[in-house]
Amino acid sequence: MMAAPLDIIPQGGRVDGHRPWPRFTVAAEVWRQIVSQIAAGRATLFGLWGDMSVVPMVHMAIIEDLTGDGAVVSLECPAGNFPSVGAVHPPAIRLERAIYSLFGFEPVGAPDVRPWLDLGFWDVRHPLGARSPAPAERTVYTFLPTEGEALHQIPVGPVHAGIIEPGHFRFTAGGETVVRLEERLGYVHKGIESLMSGATIEAAAKLAARGSGDSTVAYGLAFAHAVEAALNVEVPPRAHYLRALMAELERLANHCGDIGAICNDASFSLMHAHCAILREQVLRTADACFGHRLMMDRIVPGGVACDLAPDGITLLRDTLQHIGQRFPRLVELYDNTASLQDRTAETGIVGTELARQFGAAGYVGRASGRNFDVRKAPGYAPYDQLDFAVPVLTAGDVNARVWIRIREVEQSLRLIEQILTRVPEGPIAASLDGADDNSGEGLGLAESFRGDVLAWVRIKGLRVARCHLRDPSWFQWPLLEAAIEGNIVADFPLCNKSFNCSYAGHDL
Amino acid sequence: MRRTLFESLTHRPLTETPPSPGDAALAELVASVERAARRRLGRSLAIREVDAGSCNGCELEIHALNNAFYDLERFGLRFVASPRHADVLLVTGPVTKNMREALERTYRATPDPKWVVAVGRCAADGGLFAGSYGVTGAVGAVVPVDLHIDGCPPTPLQLLQGLLALLEQASAGK
Repeated sequence: MMAAPLDIIPQGGRVDGHRPWPRFTVAAEVWRQIVSQIAAGRATLFGLWGDMSVVPMVHMAIIEDLTGDGAVVSLECPAGNFPSVGAVHPPAIRLERAIYSLFGFEPVGAPDVRPWLDLGFWDVRHPLGARSPAPAERTVYTFLPTEGEALHQIPVGPVHAGIIEPGHFRFTAGGETVVRLEERLGYVHKGIESLMSGATIEAAAKLAARGSGDSTVAYGLAFAHAVEAALNVEVPPRAHYLRALMAELERLANHCGDIGAICNDASFSLMHAHCAILREQVLRTADACFGHRLMMDRIVPGGVACDLAPDGITLLRDTLQHIGQRFPRLVELYDNTASLQDRTAETGIVGTELARQFGAAGYVGRASGRNFDVRKAPGYAPYDQLDFAVPVLTAGDVNARVWIRIREVEQSLRLIEQILTRVPEGPIAASLDGADDNSGEGLGLAESFRGDVLAWVRIKGLRVARCHLRDPSWFQWPLLEAAIEGNIVADFPLCNKSFNCSYAGHDL
Repeated sequence: MRRTLFESLTHRPLTETPPSPGDAALAELVASVERAARRRLGRSLAIREVDAGSCNGCELEIHALNNAFYDLERFGLRFVASPRHADVLLVTGPVTKNMREALERTYRATPDPKWVVAVGRCAADGGLFAGSYGVTGAVGAVVPVDLHIDGCPPTPLQLLQGLLALLEQASAGK
């Protein structure tokens, strides 16, 4: 059983004006104690990021899976270092490497000190920290070693063989079998968090909405939640419902598209063709309802930027009915095609213990037994008023991830139906200006189709002093390395698509 | 499966009538498409997509070109897996510092004659990301661009208009 994270944090050192979770400033010794409790499984690591906007510090978000209780723990690091979390809790390793590359804060005792995100092409070192000119010579990046007879390496990327995002995969294979996969990411790092510092809330919201284009609604929502928490803003009920409507349309579009795309990577293009039609119909409905196919920039801090089109409810009902008729037949097709099942069943398995340890979000976690969805716990409006289930399986293979997404399509259809019945009339946005000196700190969450997006902001005078965005992919990418081990190279595209981690959201 | 396949034979296709190529796109292209290239390529272009820093929004809409509504392949346009098989590079994103070299190498790996289509606002001028330490900027700052398709992201219809303009120019000399 997990203890509430508040239990593992000694009270005291609580920082004023951080909402909705408490934030505590702790000493290095307490930091170490909390880390050992996380490593022992008494709470889940939820985020780890640097901050220079007041004094040099690192923040760690933790959450208790069952209740959704959480907290942020902060450690000041005037000497530019902090006790490594990754030394005892591997899910933190890449986050720490990113903190070192971006801020220059050194995780003392870290097992892996190679740069992350910084691929040696920037003009500056530690761009979010002390900023110094980058060395003229690029250092050679050493991949982790493999030992054994007749192993060979296959380098793939950053430019891949499809219409997909860039990243590098280094496979070591013995014959057809993958012995080790190591990812190297950061190719689409745009410096979003740096651009946000000092930006107006409006400008920062647009940057957040482009964290990961496939989850633009969820990113917009997480950022809005964070800003509204920081400034203590009450969002009108209609806006909550319209936000949930957009979020479920986004989930529906992505799940429909990806279920087909996974089948396509097993060379079953019939599913792909039909699922792509459903995805397109959802996007067209979104366009007709909100004026943008991906609904980008439609969620803004304070509410939503535009109201539902007058004929929106009718259009949505038609789309729901259409998908409600077509989708079950595609599920049947998936379920009854033995040659397809032969590829997806027992391929790319993620063990339940690994999913728990990494706090794997979304369908990656839920297919491996982790019952977690931030719409349920800690929860946010209007989902507390809506009836829906969070599907969980334990097989952890490609097939289980497909089934989770199938079930989530069904749940999203149910949710949209309920939203259409209950959406109240009224204003769609509240003013941000006014309360609390227009300053504060807030943490916001949103369940994207891929899992929970975390946004953390510090706002001063209606401007963003610091914003951190944590994509669910941070805790999923490492599990892909584990999932492919022992599978054949030819199954990698299938495994990869069943994860569909974000490169853009991870690299920012 | 049989029922689904049978329905595909008996139902009218979902595919839309093609849009006319955009005027602005045509004007931009006139200068860039050589007569010799038109003869060699005819009405068939192989496209290699390169994400040079996009948020992935543009990729989603480029993907949509392959669905039954837009059905890009009916025009002889198809996506290929290698730049060595490509006539057209479809490049998205503000070019990040980390992707600049990969984009240059992809361009060099594409045989002549070739065209570069820059897709999306970011590809045109860096978009919201211009000025960041992590971003070089417009695609045109790294490789020569023959056509810009604007939008954040451009809709599949806008993409189709731009690509049809490219095709018209490429085949006009036949």
